[in-house]
Amino acid sequence: METGKKKSANLEGIGYALRSNIRQYAMLIALIVIILFFEIATNGVLLVPMNVTNLILQNSYVLILAIGMTLCILTGGNIDLSVGSVAAFIAAIVGTLIIKQKMDVTMAIIIGLLIGAVIGVWQGYWIAYMRIPAFIVTLAGMLMFRGLTNTILQGLTLSPFPKSFQMISSGYLPDFFPFFGSKLNLTPIVVSVVSSILLIFMQLKKRRIKIKNGTEVLPRSLFLVQLIFTILAINLFAYALAVYKGIPIILVILGVLIGAYHFFTTKTVPGRYIYAMGGNEKAAQLSGINTNKVLFFVYLNMAVLAALGGIVFAARTDSAFPLLGQNFEMDAIASCFIGGASATGGIGTVIGTIIGALVMGVLNNGMSIMGLGSDWQMTIKGFVLLMAVAFDVYSKNKAK
Amino acid sequence: MQTILEMRNISKSFGGVQALRNVNFKVEAGEIHALVGENGAGKSTLMNILSGVYPYGTYSGEIIYKGNHCAFRSIRDSEKVGIVIIHQELALIPYLSIGENIFLGNERAKSGVINWDQTHLEATRILKKVGLKENSHTLVKDLGVGKQQLVEIAKALAKDVQLLILDEPTAALNEDDANNLLNLLLELKKTGLTSILISHKLHEVTKVADSITILRDGATIETLKVNEDEISEDRIIKGMVGRELVDRFPKRVPKIGDVYFEVKNWTVYDPLIEGRKVIKDVNIQVRKGEIVGIAGLMGSGRTEFAMSVFGKAYGTQISGQIFKDGHEIKLNNVQQAIDNGLAYVTEDRKTAGLIGIEDIKHNISLSSLDKISNRGIIDDHRENEVAMTYRKKLNIKSASIFQKVQNLSGGNQQKVVLAKWICAAPDILILDEPTRGIDVGAKYEIYTIINQLAEEGKAIIFISSELPEILGICDRIYVMNEGRIVGELNKDEASQESIMKCIMQSNRGR
Repeated sequence: METGKKKSANLEGIGYALRSNIRQYAMLIALIVIILFFEIATNGVLLVPMNVTNLILQNSYVLILAIGMTLCILTGGNIDLSVGSVAAFIAAIVGTLIIKQKMDVTMAIIIGLLIGAVIGVWQGYWIAYMRIPAFIVTLAGMLMFRGLTNTILQGLTLSPFPKSFQMISSGYLPDFFPFFGSKLNLTPIVVSVVSSILLIFMQLKKRRIKIKNGTEVLPRSLFLVQLIFTILAINLFAYALAVYKGIPIILVILGVLIGAYHFFTTKTVPGRYIYAMGGNEKAAQLSGINTNKVLFFVYLNMAVLAALGGIVFAARTDSAFPLLGQNFEMDAIASCFIGGASATGGIGTVIGTIIGALVMGVLNNGMSIMGLGSDWQMTIKGFVLLMAVAFDVYSKNKAK
Repeated sequence: MQTILEMRNISKSFGGVQALRNVNFKVEAGEIHALVGENGAGKSTLMNILSGVYPYGTYSGEIIYKGNHCAFRSIRDSEKVGIVIIHQELALIPYLSIGENIFLGNERAKSGVINWDQTHLEATRILKKVGLKENSHTLVKDLGVGKQQLVEIAKALAKDVQLLILDEPTAALNEDDANNLLNLLLELKKTGLTSILISHKLHEVTKVADSITILRDGATIETLKVNEDEISEDRIIKGMVGRELVDRFPKRVPKIGDVYFEVKNWTVYDPLIEGRKVIKDVNIQVRKGEIVGIAGLMGSGRTEFAMSVFGKAYGTQISGQIFKDGHEIKLNNVQQAIDNGLAYVTEDRKTAGLIGIEDIKHNISLSSLDKISNRGIIDDHRENEVAMTYRKKLNIKSASIFQKVQNLSGGNQQKVVLAKWICAAPDILILDEPTRGIDVGAKYEIYTIINQLAEEGKAIIFISSELPEILGICDRIYVMNEGRIVGELNKDEASQESIMKCIMQSNRGR
């Protein structure tokens, strides 16, 4: 009798936890379902080690842009339409510096990122201090920087880049553990095992402190399931990398960015300000938050990330060309919304956006392997975007 | 008298929460029937069922209107038989004219083509009926709230309303406009209109209502008839809260110290209309442990004054001096004001005080993030601790500190706003209408919190449109009118009459 009661209370707790986190779980589950679907539909090609690595390389620039876009959307549903053009513009500049001026690669990249920052200051000024709607400022930027890209490139494609530049998007970390003479690259495996152990310790410690402080935690069973699945996913992923060529350099860059921005948005004061501003700007102002500064920073940050995205993409395609970065903004924006960001601001997470971007990426990749034409690919992607947001709206209405 | 409406055994639940339990509600034709109860008692739910917002089938019980059983599936259905509801939040389109608004969704049109002449002709006729002297071509955004409320009523009349439901129609109105509106209701009653009035302002209820139904916790407590029962505000309150509320204001022995906060020669100009002074040469001072009221009609400049002092959050060309503890301080932005120990609880918690989509914890910590963070990194556990402490201290009724504030009742939302500012550990608190739109029980709790703050030696400025409340809790009262301080009264000399006299005299002196 007693245990029966306890069990039902436990189940209730699980139900509550699931319901309150439904959005995050739903997209994660959707991602897993999509992966499984394409794994079957492509006869196992999707998760072939080479393709897993390719998935990362193909989507790296979208992930970078989507991180910045998340912050823009968080401030109040503002989007940045200029990211594709800014990426192209910076790629053109960096390409000119390296290929035509024979400049040192590192130096050229630094200059590229700095020019990105200058563009951010320019757009941020109009958006944050002149309060011209971000939509308009960045639409103008989209046209201006596309135009300037053409001016710099004079309509031509710049190529090829030196090997050291291409490495950003196609290089791999060397194998630090060349034992056994095996074909397996052990570095990713060592990294994943170590991080799995760290993860277990950190999660357990966090949970203990929370319980001690009387904060709500997930029911133990759900917590364990979550932990086991996470660790399983990390290690399988690492194994796939190990079988192929090891850890791509771009994955390291992405990992650092994702970790840093996740930390920034969830744990820091300025991160909290972004959410507060998007939730209710007036209340945020009257709580002592300089919302102009927040908005300025967010667009400055976006432009720098757009510059980085441009550099990464140029390195991957080994060229800078006039049409580079077209529709990048749309991919980034779609990733945020699929990942649960609210079109009115204040809701959304970096992790959610990454999941959203991966949903888009797996769709792209899976459909390509299946040999679907780009016409159908676009149609399906559009439909998925609509359904994801519709589900969001539906679940919110239901919660009311 | 004939019964126009009867709602029998109405029950309704949301998820697992029972909002209404076997409510019975009966309205006679041609009367003004007041519906009162604390927030969350189920008044709005009941009216939403009646008007079809919650369609037939989502509740149990029956509605009998003019002898017929009704099953409204939408607002359209209920409007067809002449039941019109005016919600608390006005549903007018600001950039459309009065005439267009009156016939919105009910256009004077032939096969889809609008007849503008007829629209404005009829609008003018209805405007006369509600006593609004405005051209029907005027845009709604150019009207004050009081006049907008009249447009709402005109809109209802245009729909041939038989039973008019008003949800807190005077909540946002000043005394004059509110009286106007109530008189209009009495006028319309003479023409045979039946109305249901939901209001928190009991003096209004006792003034106009013929019957009063009291709801508590989703159930009907009683219906009082003006001719048969003895009606007093105390009687109604007792029904609403379920116990005798001996004193509406908690007792307190003031411990008043030295002058702590002083504003001198404060003058502020309107940021939108050039050259218009909003605040004119205001001087006030507050002592430690003192609660100082600022009374005045709506639009007298109280909020503008408070916000301009609070880091120039309102106004331009601000001149004057601010002293704290004898030293002059410069408050050029909100952050500086907070750093200097000021806190301002806004008049409108929804649009300017809270972040509705965020949880209690994040709202409470918002103005004190520097205290719970280290080099910009927030200490999560410390934040939880702080939030839980204040949730308990202020008795914020919620499932946990992770509940979104938009799902809390008005009183609890207000407590969250207070918690946010108390957490910032200010020395001077400016409270702007801190009890607006919240029920009697929650008000009492908020007064208690304010008293505690005064006890701790904080200087408190209390702004309110409700005179009884100002008289009930303030030690000293400034009277403001048209941007000027027109009187200063000590607790023993202050009364509703003396305050109104200050205002009237200053009006005459112009």
